[in-house]
Amino acid sequence: MTKEEANAPRAARFLVSGPPLLFLIVFFVVPSLIMILTSFRFPGEFGGLAPITAPAGANHGEYGLTTEAYQFFFSDILYAEIFLKSFGVALATTLICLVMAYPLAVLIAHSEKRFRNLMVLLVVLPFASNFLIRIYAWMIILGPESGLSHFINAILGAFGVAPVTLLFSPFAVLIGMVYVHLPFMVLPLYTNLEKHDPSLLDAAQDLGANGWQRFWRVTWPLSLPGVFSGSALVFIPVLGMFAVPDILGGTGDILIGNLIKDQFLGTRDWPFGSALSIMLTLVVLSVAGLAAWFARSATGQRAV
Amino acid sequence: MALLEIRNVTRRFGSYTAVDNVSISVEAGEFFTLLGPSGCGKTTLLRMIAGFDLPDSGQILLDGRDMVGTPPEKRPVHTVFQTYALFPHMTVADNIAFPLKMAGKKTHEIKTRVADALDSVRLSNFGNRFPNELSGGQKQRVAFARGLVNRPRLLLLDEPLGALDAKLREEMQMELINLQKEVGVTFVFVTHAQNEALALSHRIAVMNRGNVEQIDEPSKIYGFPRNRFVADFIGKISMMSAQVLEASPTHLRLDVGDMGEVTTAGKEGIKAGDKGTIAIRPEQILISHPSEAPRLKNHFLGKVQDFLYAGDVTTYIVELANGAYMEALLPNSAPGRAKFFEVGDPVSVSWHHDAGIFLND
Amino acid sequence: MSRTNIWLWSAAGVIYAFLYVPLAIVVLYSFNDSKLNAEWVGFTLSWYKTLFQNTEMLTAARNSLIIALSASFSATLLGTMAGLAIHRYKLKVLPVLVFTPVAMPEILLGVSLLLFFLQVLNLTLGMVSIIIAHTTFCIGFVAIIVRARLQGMDESIFEAARDLGASPWQTFRLVTLPLIIPAVVAGALMSFTLSIDDFVITFFTKGVGEPILPIHIYTMIKVAVTPEVNAISTLLMLLTLVMIIIAARFESHASSSANATSRETG
Repeated sequence: MTKEEANAPRAARFLVSGPPLLFLIVFFVVPSLIMILTSFRFPGEFGGLAPITAPAGANHGEYGLTTEAYQFFFSDILYAEIFLKSFGVALATTLICLVMAYPLAVLIAHSEKRFRNLMVLLVVLPFASNFLIRIYAWMIILGPESGLSHFINAILGAFGVAPVTLLFSPFAVLIGMVYVHLPFMVLPLYTNLEKHDPSLLDAAQDLGANGWQRFWRVTWPLSLPGVFSGSALVFIPVLGMFAVPDILGGTGDILIGNLIKDQFLGTRDWPFGSALSIMLTLVVLSVAGLAAWFARSATGQRAV
Repeated sequence: MALLEIRNVTRRFGSYTAVDNVSISVEAGEFFTLLGPSGCGKTTLLRMIAGFDLPDSGQILLDGRDMVGTPPEKRPVHTVFQTYALFPHMTVADNIAFPLKMAGKKTHEIKTRVADALDSVRLSNFGNRFPNELSGGQKQRVAFARGLVNRPRLLLLDEPLGALDAKLREEMQMELINLQKEVGVTFVFVTHAQNEALALSHRIAVMNRGNVEQIDEPSKIYGFPRNRFVADFIGKISMMSAQVLEASPTHLRLDVGDMGEVTTAGKEGIKAGDKGTIAIRPEQILISHPSEAPRLKNHFLGKVQDFLYAGDVTTYIVELANGAYMEALLPNSAPGRAKFFEVGDPVSVSWHHDAGIFLND
Repeated sequence: MSRTNIWLWSAAGVIYAFLYVPLAIVVLYSFNDSKLNAEWVGFTLSWYKTLFQNTEMLTAARNSLIIALSASFSATLLGTMAGLAIHRYKLKVLPVLVFTPVAMPEILLGVSLLLFFLQVLNLTLGMVSIIIAHTTFCIGFVAIIVRARLQGMDESIFEAARDLGASPWQTFRLVTLPLIIPAVVAGALMSFTLSIDDFVITFFTKGVGEPILPIHIYTMIKVAVTPEVNAISTLLMLLTLVMIIIAARFESHASSSANATSRETG
């Protein structure tokens, strides 16, 4: 008997880890495998999928496995452009969130202990409201009839510039993405900054560093693991998002998420939709891997 | 028959041997201590007695029956953990009642016995408090009460006084001795603090790297260590390599290299020509002004290199002519004088002809 | 306030405003006596009245509630087991399976489940498919919360229970369970909230049958925007606020007794 088994009978181990494991294998692993398989199949005549094996006596149509869906992706530059655009939006969103979240996280980390939980809660609360509400709110604010639009157009008008529509534009999509994901950047940053030893900054100041130098040479490097976690937590969901462009964006603002959604609920080209999903998955895995690698090497180099 | 018998127990973790063929007997009513530095295997051994780990080979017999294979909850052995391990969601009284409930005792009996247990650790009015409302010392006592209330055959204590500050620790040591005497339960105590082991135990097993170096009463462990490790681990000691020139029942004559000849207590089984170490305790070494040196066979001149002032006594580190160092203890009993010697003072160190002990290599 | 200065406070103020003003506007305009969400005209509760007469909306709300309760129940059960197993048994595969649905874009989970339900199970999409889908991504959240609670506890109390005579089952019932209940409750509340609010995964797995609240809201937003949307949004926000407060209360109560079990000196 091993030490573990002296403590926990085998039966208990199966009973406790079995059900969740089984559930997730059936409803997570298997569907993922199905998706991979689907990307290698032919689309059915009326949507859905063509069978893998040809039915008896059928005329020669498209059956079996193929890489057609992937070829289709690479055949038109349009699709690659959409991927790149999504990447760009994700990157922009991440950077904006970083710039906005950092001062807030620093403030919370340096506040008195009894206020910190409240301040963190205040950041998280908007996140708890329905996702669509948060997007809808910006529809109101950026709408052509809103106070903000009138205000901005009045200013533009004063300079002789034609009025702009704030809504249904890339700008609106970006604001929506930032608004929805900001709390995800604040929390990891705050968790990291809270652990910084305040005497490090004292020591730096004592040795002659001014405010900016203290930030750049002490606070920033130590906060990198938090920066990377927060960035991953923003970047990855934004890549797959379709609701924000769908509601706040114009017709030219579609991203990967919209494309995938259309394949399944619009044109019903399942193989293509699956292929897109697989490629999105690969991008997400690479980003996650890169973030983890950066975080590890960042903490390794700083032998503080 | 011994209450607890550990026979040839070995436990390995991969290529690392934590407990190496250890055999120990513990008599009923004893306060028995496993003493050693961290990593010596004492905690692993304790966990095997409790049932949380199993030996790779060997037997652990309680009242003659092998316990290996019996799960912890069925062993009449209870443990006081280093972190006290009090159940945070239960009151002090419920904590102490827990083993009684598990043993199926009736409510009425449980109430009486819990009250008695609280009295025995002087926490009579604390029954309704929760663990997070108690100080470290109080949690300590609740842990003792909980471990003893069910009258186990054996109580295991895993460095229970480790988290306490010095003064509290001393108080708890006295309480522990009295508790054990009162209750009569056999204790197996694990610690790395040798002064604690010396103060509390009937017998001590000194362990090192999975092996038992010596099992003896405290005075014998201190006065007659079996090897260099035990001599060095317990208390302070001065050691020098030596070779036996002449062996008699009462004393040994040794050649200590460039220091010349010294004599030490006689020891069985030693003969002329044996090589080893002479070890002398600081309190056996007399330090004095060279002019006031007592007329003892073993005496040498040296210079005070450093000292450790401890309030009641001072340990002087003396450098001898040949470069060797000896530690001498001097009580600071003369009022008004903080210390007798300064760094750099010339002094004479001497010891009786049968002081110290020779350790064979 | 040793190291903070006026810039930090102003920046923080701006960001908090950025977070809350949009939501405040939604709430405000739910009482606005105007069809357009443009200017304030007057105070009215008429939108709320219309809301409660909108049978489809009410059905959608009822359905979402049923789904949230069911999904929260199963996710809490499975997630608690998963949290216990990951903490106790140090398996390698389970954490990956449990935590990946939480980390990856929801659309991937939605799409793969859609394919799975239609192709493999030949299941008509509806309430059941949604409940299964919600359970799948909520398990991870519950597991994270339960595991965090277990990690903050002094491990020796479980050994102490066995040492003092409790069988493994008694140890679980009398020691483990009471101590993780706060985390389990927090996980249940979180799952409930996530399920009621979920849009993406529901979007793919709902099929064409029953109306579900977030999808219904989405349709209203896309097709015909009226302040009824503001009204239902305000009510949902209120519900979520209540859930969060209850969950936060449980967490803080839990951590105060958890602190008692961690190592202390003297």
